[in-house]
Amino acid sequence: MATNVVEVSNLSRSFGQKSALDGVSFQATEGRVYGLVGANGAGKTTLLKHLLGLLRAATGSVRVFGLDPVRDPVGVLRRVGYLSEDRELPEWMRVDELMRYTQAYHPTWDASYARQLLESFALDPSKEVKELSKGMRAQAGLVAAVAHRPELLILDEPSSGLDAVVRRDILDAIVRTVADDGRTVIFSSHLLDEVERMSDHVTMIHHGRVTLSGALDDVRRGYQRSRVRFVEHFDQPPPLDAALAMEGGGRSWSVLHSGSIEQFHHSVLALGGEVIESRDATLEEIFLARAGRGRQPVEAA
Amino acid sequence: MDITITLSDGIPIYRQIANQIRYLAASGRLAPGEELPPIRTLALQLRVTPNTVVKAYGELEAAGVVWKRAGAGTYVSEGLSRLADRERERILEQRLDALLAEAHHLNFTADDVLRMFNERRALMTPVPGGELVRKEKA
Repeated sequence: MATNVVEVSNLSRSFGQKSALDGVSFQATEGRVYGLVGANGAGKTTLLKHLLGLLRAATGSVRVFGLDPVRDPVGVLRRVGYLSEDRELPEWMRVDELMRYTQAYHPTWDASYARQLLESFALDPSKEVKELSKGMRAQAGLVAAVAHRPELLILDEPSSGLDAVVRRDILDAIVRTVADDGRTVIFSSHLLDEVERMSDHVTMIHHGRVTLSGALDDVRRGYQRSRVRFVEHFDQPPPLDAALAMEGGGRSWSVLHSGSIEQFHHSVLALGGEVIESRDATLEEIFLARAGRGRQPVEAA
Repeated sequence: MDITITLSDGIPIYRQIANQIRYLAASGRLAPGEELPPIRTLALQLRVTPNTVVKAYGELEAAGVVWKRAGAGTYVSEGLSRLADRERERILEQRLDALLAEAHHLNFTADDVLRMFNERRALMTPVPGGELVRKEKA
């Protein structure tokens, strides 16, 4: 029976009074890419740190390859590659020392793959980490994260603050990790176009709770963006069924809505309007609506 | 292979890939028997998850546009011509549907559209390359 690579059940976590994760459940199966989206401070990094055993589950359980990453860090971490958000690397090491140091923890280290990646990034092995630019630091961290060909690659905001060239390197690493014998990737990002392109599965975290989770196509299919025109003018957003966000004014409105399309049509018709066109919503539109932004109060006057 | 992904119109990426490959095959820019790029290559080119390319190729295979040789690549089907005719029709139908919807919202009748179609047609002229171009203004 195939087991989940990652199995998080009902995980809660507080830092002092502040709740960081609240009853989060999350599964990842082999050979797929999981995108984690949410605003800064939503709990994405806290969740990822639990997978790595950097934080102990206070409530709920965390299993990676069926193991508890806190009780068996060696068993878990040698099969995992990780690039942290702030790319903590030992500042005083040279790039080649960093590679040797990382290799020591990973019996499956592929030295020729590491060399090939360093060359393709034009990274000078004799440079010290503290001399590296932000982009070069991300590249060095990426090589250290993937050269042992991990079964699970975890990237926390890998594109954050990087130029297009280095971002591309990171995305290529994700594609290669999955395409070459079906490994698993979990990455968090605030760049929704990147998540939409790169993810098979998307999980949205808002204030420490999972607000949306599913196969990307299923998630997107549940939401529509429609252009609607009414006979009369509306100063306030018209009260439509299942509308999550509305833009526009007067007779023309653009509405993000969920649920049945027929029901939405009826609801528009009941207000003397017609639906001009509908299409599946983009991930960004869904995210903004679910995160509460773009939502306007829909109240009876 | 010339494929462009847009994220602004809400069409799933796998469907965009499948539609554009159908179009390339229907228009003859992908020849029967031609091999499609390997999944990894196309995923890297388009910067999409490989599973999306798998899904697109799967859909094309189910529709008979391509076939997979076990342990080898994915190839454009031979004898696509009838399918290609249907596909060419489908592409135009989509454009026509959009045009008719737009016309309806601008309060034009189907007869208006037909009249305008013929007027515009009269302004076009075929050139030796087989293309249609606007006539120079008289």
